[in-house]
Amino acid sequence: MKTYSRRDFIKASSNTAGGLLLAFHLPVLGKAVPYEPWSDAGSELNAWLAINVDNTITIRVAMSEMGQGVMTALPMIIAEELEADWRLVRVEYADVNRHIRDDNAYGKMLTDNSGSVRHSREMLQSVGAEARERLIKAAAERWLVPNADCYADYGKVVNRKTRNSLSYGELAAAAAQVRVGNIKIKTPEAFNSLGLPTPRVDVPAKVDGTAVYSIDIRRPGMVYAAVKHCPVIGGTVRSLRYNAIRNRPGIIKTVRMDTAVAVVAEHFWQAKTAADELPVQWVTGELAKASSQQFKKSFETALDGRDGVVLEEHGHVVRNMDIAETTIESDYVVPYLSHACLEPMNCTVEFSDGRVDVWAGVQDPVAAVNAISKVSGLPRNRVYLHNCFMGGGFGRRSQTDFVREAVLIAMDVGLPVQMIWTREEDQRSGQYRPMSASRFKAGFDLDKKLIVYTNHSVTHSIALDQSPGEKGIDATSIEGLSDMPYRVEHRRISHASKNTNLTSWYWRSRGHSQNAYAMECFMDEMAVAANQDPIDFRMLHLRDKPAHGDVLEILKDKSNWRKSLPRGSAKGIAIHESFGTICGQVAEVTVSTDGEMTVDRIVCVVDCGNLINPSTAESQVEGAIVFGLSAARYSKLTVENGVVLEDNYDLYDVVRMADMPRIEVHFALSGGDKWGGLGEPATPPVAPAVCNALYRITGRRIRALPIKDYLLSRRR
Amino acid sequence: MIFLTINGQDMELDIPPETPLLWALRDYLNLTGTKYGCGIGECGACTVNVNGVATKSCTMSLSQVSNLNVVTIEGLSEKGLHPVQQAWIDEEVPQCGYCQSGQIMAAVALLETKSTPSDKDINAAMKNICRCGTYTKIRKAIHKVALERASQ
Repeated sequence: MKTYSRRDFIKASSNTAGGLLLAFHLPVLGKAVPYEPWSDAGSELNAWLAINVDNTITIRVAMSEMGQGVMTALPMIIAEELEADWRLVRVEYADVNRHIRDDNAYGKMLTDNSGSVRHSREMLQSVGAEARERLIKAAAERWLVPNADCYADYGKVVNRKTRNSLSYGELAAAAAQVRVGNIKIKTPEAFNSLGLPTPRVDVPAKVDGTAVYSIDIRRPGMVYAAVKHCPVIGGTVRSLRYNAIRNRPGIIKTVRMDTAVAVVAEHFWQAKTAADELPVQWVTGELAKASSQQFKKSFETALDGRDGVVLEEHGHVVRNMDIAETTIESDYVVPYLSHACLEPMNCTVEFSDGRVDVWAGVQDPVAAVNAISKVSGLPRNRVYLHNCFMGGGFGRRSQTDFVREAVLIAMDVGLPVQMIWTREEDQRSGQYRPMSASRFKAGFDLDKKLIVYTNHSVTHSIALDQSPGEKGIDATSIEGLSDMPYRVEHRRISHASKNTNLTSWYWRSRGHSQNAYAMECFMDEMAVAANQDPIDFRMLHLRDKPAHGDVLEILKDKSNWRKSLPRGSAKGIAIHESFGTICGQVAEVTVSTDGEMTVDRIVCVVDCGNLINPSTAESQVEGAIVFGLSAARYSKLTVENGVVLEDNYDLYDVVRMADMPRIEVHFALSGGDKWGGLGEPATPPVAPAVCNALYRITGRRIRALPIKDYLLSRRR
Repeated sequence: MIFLTINGQDMELDIPPETPLLWALRDYLNLTGTKYGCGIGECGACTVNVNGVATKSCTMSLSQVSNLNVVTIEGLSEKGLHPVQQAWIDEEVPQCGYCQSGQIMAAVALLETKSTPSDKDINAAMKNICRCGTYTKIRKAIHKVALERASQ
């Protein structure tokens, strides 16, 4: 049992009676009327929690729902400690305006780094436990008995001796007035409902069309904006010819911005088709010479060069490389990638009476409010951001570029505006998964024992995009490389940043996505050079990492690792730790006689320590695998003349039903204090597991993604 | 004027006939369950059923569906949930949910032509993109509907 002092949740408990609360629950059609005064006669126990006289409990969620199940998992945590009747729990988004007004009432509202559960679990447990103790105290005072004579059970407080009980609804008003001292939260062995599969609260609205994404917002008098960005990223507007479109039906106006023009019309299709026709001249200069070929050359030059920082050096690298009996060397390269969320970026903005209301699906509501405030000039407490369901996030929606743009347009138009980026604009909007290249070299002695290892990586730095001139190393560029789990006596790991004119941003699993691919493919190369089985070779170098070893053992068993497959098929393995979770995968791959590849099966073993909701956890792992498989097989962005060519799903292909492997997810939970993330850790191992299997079939290494760029044929 | 039936209701629409069905549904008729994803008929988020056939509404102009019968996610079932929607809940298919209206419409059309689709049939008919990767659960849900219908 952990002890919490009152000051740990003092912010959580600050009661803002009289304040305006969010009165809609799940964002569903017809109910998305924001900021009605709280009408229930209920009592707010803290910022997360209100109990109503009808015994329903409103629980607020400070993280953003983008499909990962936080709207279910986070209320489950509070309900567990509260000893609530789950059937009476209602869920709604926490209000970011209140969060800012009340000095970060919800602690943190940024949804990233697979962190929703692992970063807020203790806090949410304490929120639920504190409310429970107050309900108990309120009952004890009513019955004039000691607190110890009472206990909470399934939405009621029960008197041990008399067996009388009072419902939470009956006690809530009194509980809102009492205070309690130190409270304790449960350890996992004491959980009643956490860890049991629980249906997601947002599913019903997502099968009948009533779930509201920001693109579905409809406001009285609302008009639509289509945006035309300079096709050359970074280019600016020189001039535009409004007369060419002004007489088209529904056209209201154009809004000229630095790097884009918006066309505003009564309906979106009118705006979109007019934007297509609108003649715009751009200033692109040197940017129009940028190309993927040029990027590739500059990354190769950086790999050869001496620029960069040594992150780790151990032993005698140069000497051992010299005396090594054999050495191997390989470069691995990954391209820029877009997130390609199925719901393209969009945002609805309405100014009125010195306030602005904004509807968007965002992972970082506070950053969005700050951006809206900055662009509009309104103070932050006059900004009302209504977070919506997100049609995919994957990191993209923690950026605020699209929100800023919509606010700019609305300020100019003076009407409620919904801005929608077309798929093409969304694909070309930058904020890409960084391009990266990694060079590995390894030396072996006479007995084929690995004695020396070097790695130099060159990556587009997200941090450098954000603050140009930044000299430090972007931690997300090197994760998984600088902290590799394998022990090699003599080793050197170094890194250099290399930015192009494209802009980069966090993409599901951040730097792990490219670094696990490079690292785990090279591990496989080293295993071959050492003449060892890939799992045995990893085990040998994971002596300091027993938890990795446990995952590998289970993976070996579940995947029938030793059992060979028919000709044309093979298994490949990869393991990677990210966001506090270890994930190992074995991919079974087939290459047909005519070179067609299928991924038949992926066996995945996950150690995230503990689980809140196993059914959504499994979905997250499956989804993360599919996301990684799309990137491994198909996705890349090609730049020619400064323009991204893959501007829609016909060119930027992703995994579809027919590509799907059988996926088996096994949770190997080590329990204890370990709470790892789940949204991302299954993405990094997919590409290397598949590429390592392909090597066994074709005899060729896939040293640049995507795989579709290779002609595959079976080894003769 | 365009005449057509949407979700069982006969309609007479004064909307420019070249407007894609998708935007007519979303912007003029406020049927926002049908989603925009790509605009080129690649992703399937906009799938509706036209005379029972799964159709990408983003590349189908209003004039092309004149006098035809359009069903969207909102009109899939007159009362309660359609068995496909129920299976989607039972198998807990959706993650972000954005593609699911289109997936459900495609599944309904498939099950109307093939009462017990094989995995191959599903691969051929279900080409809609799901970036969250719910494909395994979609497949399971379709088989579940088929199995339940067969046992009735």
